[in-house]
Amino acid sequence: MTITVVPPAPSTLEGYNFAYLDEATKRMIRRALLKAVAIPGHQIPFGAREMPLPYGWGTGGIQVTASILGPTDTLKVIDQGADDTTNAISIRRFFTRVAGVATTEHTAEATVVQTRHRIPERTLREDQIIVYQVPQPEPLFRLEPRRMETKRLHALADYGLMHVRLYEDIARLGHIAKAYDYPVMVNRRYLMSPSPIPAFDNPKMHRMPALQLFGAGREKRIYAIPPYTEVRSLDFEDHPFRPIRAPHACALCGSRDTYLDEVITDDAGGRLFVCSDTDFCAERQADSAKEAAE
Amino acid sequence: MTGLTPGFADPALDAQASFRAVLEAMSRPGRIQRTGSSLHLPAPLGQATAAVLLALADADTGFAHDAGAAAEAWLRFHCGMPLVPAGEATFVLATGAPPALATLCQGSEEEPQASATLVIQVAGLAEDEGWHLTGPGIETEHRLRVDGAPEGFVAAWAANRAGFPCGVDVVLCAGDRLAALPRTVMIAEG
Amino acid sequence: MYVAVKGGERAISAAHAWLDETRRGDPAVPELTVAQIEQQMGLAVDRVMAEGSCHDRFLAALAIKQAKGDLIEAAFLLRAYRTTLPRFGASEPLETTAMRLRRRISATYKDLPGGQVLGPTFDYTHRLLDFALAAEGSECPAAPEAASPVADVPRVTELLAREGLMQREATSEAEPGDLTRQPLTFPAERPVRLQNLARGDEGFLLALGYSTQRGYGNAHPFVGEIRVGHIAVEFTPPELGFPIELGEIGITECQMVNQFKGSRTEPAQFTRGYGLVFGHGERRAMSMALVDRGLRARELDEDITAPAQDEEFVLYHSDNIEATGFVEHLKLPHYVDFQSELENLRTIRRTAEQARQEAAE
Repeated sequence: MTITVVPPAPSTLEGYNFAYLDEATKRMIRRALLKAVAIPGHQIPFGAREMPLPYGWGTGGIQVTASILGPTDTLKVIDQGADDTTNAISIRRFFTRVAGVATTEHTAEATVVQTRHRIPERTLREDQIIVYQVPQPEPLFRLEPRRMETKRLHALADYGLMHVRLYEDIARLGHIAKAYDYPVMVNRRYLMSPSPIPAFDNPKMHRMPALQLFGAGREKRIYAIPPYTEVRSLDFEDHPFRPIRAPHACALCGSRDTYLDEVITDDAGGRLFVCSDTDFCAERQADSAKEAAE
Repeated sequence: MTGLTPGFADPALDAQASFRAVLEAMSRPGRIQRTGSSLHLPAPLGQATAAVLLALADADTGFAHDAGAAAEAWLRFHCGMPLVPAGEATFVLATGAPPALATLCQGSEEEPQASATLVIQVAGLAEDEGWHLTGPGIETEHRLRVDGAPEGFVAAWAANRAGFPCGVDVVLCAGDRLAALPRTVMIAEG
Repeated sequence: MYVAVKGGERAISAAHAWLDETRRGDPAVPELTVAQIEQQMGLAVDRVMAEGSCHDRFLAALAIKQAKGDLIEAAFLLRAYRTTLPRFGASEPLETTAMRLRRRISATYKDLPGGQVLGPTFDYTHRLLDFALAAEGSECPAAPEAASPVADVPRVTELLAREGLMQREATSEAEPGDLTRQPLTFPAERPVRLQNLARGDEGFLLALGYSTQRGYGNAHPFVGEIRVGHIAVEFTPPELGFPIELGEIGITECQMVNQFKGSRTEPAQFTRGYGLVFGHGERRAMSMALVDRGLRARELDEDITAPAQDEEFVLYHSDNIEATGFVEHLKLPHYVDFQSELENLRTIRRTAEQARQEAAE
């Protein structure tokens, strides 16, 4: 593989601390992260700060990344599975500016992957950390908007509301109609929002070798899943969890087992499907080109 | 405040490296990490112990310890943590026999994170022998030998674990090495 | 052959260059200075300082210039700057009876010690567009000055309290919470609620305050007093042990008098809604006082039936920096989730169609 790591910039942004956050804020976030790892799936309130990017645009993930990132890390940032979506570029630029950290578009080269809405197709390793941007950490929020109440339900592990909601789907539609942000049980104790990843990605969270960290800036919550931890998508014995993907092959690499984006090609119903994970797709294309040349 | 040796040479980067060692240790219970620090420390503080506290403790974290006046002066000068009774502390440092786990902050069912982290300085740590550890963070099983583990620790730990999600988390330090025991881990004696 | 879209980085740079160009507008028109904004857009500066949670007129004016006059964007710029500043300590509490007043009015008494001082107000202006302002360079005649400055002005609510008619506020030596350092938790203490409201969106506070007047919360408010003016901020450095003056800030305080029918343990008396904001912000301070009183429902054992009495609803939705971020984040790509929804919808429709056909056969 070619090495495409962008070397660190010589200096970080003048007038700001390494990785933007001041040390006291980092300590506060780091303490929350350690407790989050010790209590898998439990949301920990933290004093999220205003970031120079808007709330809802990844401030939670950014604060987590800023608190773990060091000069020897290599950072990959994806949004919708792609490295070149505008917000991913903006966040990558931010860390290049404030931490001078090396960046990459290759999942295999990254030590820290910050993501919005996807888990990379390539299996993450033990020496990697994935940081999820989370808009709404409370899995019960559509069923009970009051945090005083949901906090109590988590304390009691009372998740009846969610089971009823899913069962109503089955009764009405024949199957569970949740396509993304599909709730999971972590280590058989806490109901957790996996963030708005497609349900297709949920199984990747189960016993993942990499550490998974979740940051919700606006809602001021941090949570985590340690490596090799049981993560089960909620389902029923007679209606097992089914990950959804478009039943097509990628138009670029031919993959039939990756998550696909639908691309509208004209206004006469023309469409095709391509991998959402752009790095994975490019690697597959390069591999098949190499095979063809051999 | 004369005679105090310096803390981290690079406060931002050294704290980051120490934190990552603790994060890795907490994420993979029983795997030994190194802080790689070379601080000039008052006895009985070890490298890993000092690095962990420098990285994580501050004016917002109540602190209790048994490490004596010199260590206390050094830690409080660099971290500024308030001293509180062990039963109220966010960080508890034990260089000798630690207080009983059940007497430390356990957190509550609603806020289990409001529990103590107990840093225990032990004589030695080794992988691939000793205790059998299982639980989140461990693929099948990790082994950890703790030289100078507190007496009756494994039984006390089982009780701590039974209180999940409440409970104490432990960081074991020996020289510049550390390993962690989050409240989820199961320990069986080897 | 389909080629995936690329070039996000260049597009972002180009968009930002264009933004800079539109900010400047027609180069034939002289550029605004920060000092002009600070002096001549003073109420905008005040609002940005309040919602940006940082008292610095120059920075607020700069933020307004950078934000092209979008005040929420300007408040966001100020907040993001503020959060990086080192924290030296907390100032001494402000004693607002010591304010240097520009304006002080009460709606509950015709006259009272200290008198009614109108000050620079829009009240009683006729809202007719003044085309004279369209002409530049016109001289503004100096306003007439009172013979003696306003001095020794007791609080209206204090006059009532001395008679036992106004509930005294609970006093506490406890360190108040700080939302800039700790997340909101519920039930929220009053100091935290007030901090939240003081930084809250003016439009949101106004609408909620208004709703309490229209039966959503059963308020019967009177403006006990509004004070606008300046006050010295003092700080006690630990090494000195006595307070030193850091400077003056502009503030607006509103004390709203409300009925309280009493309870088994307490006789009927008035209760207070309190508003205190940076700069000259009467609408904000009054709205804040109305909402503050609404949020005291739990403590005063009143039925919680209206939005303005609902602590979680109010405090979680008052912050326009959070709100604008999350509303506007819908602009970000969501096509991965949308794709999942599409497939889901297609499956549901297929299932329904199959069922319909089977039933027809």
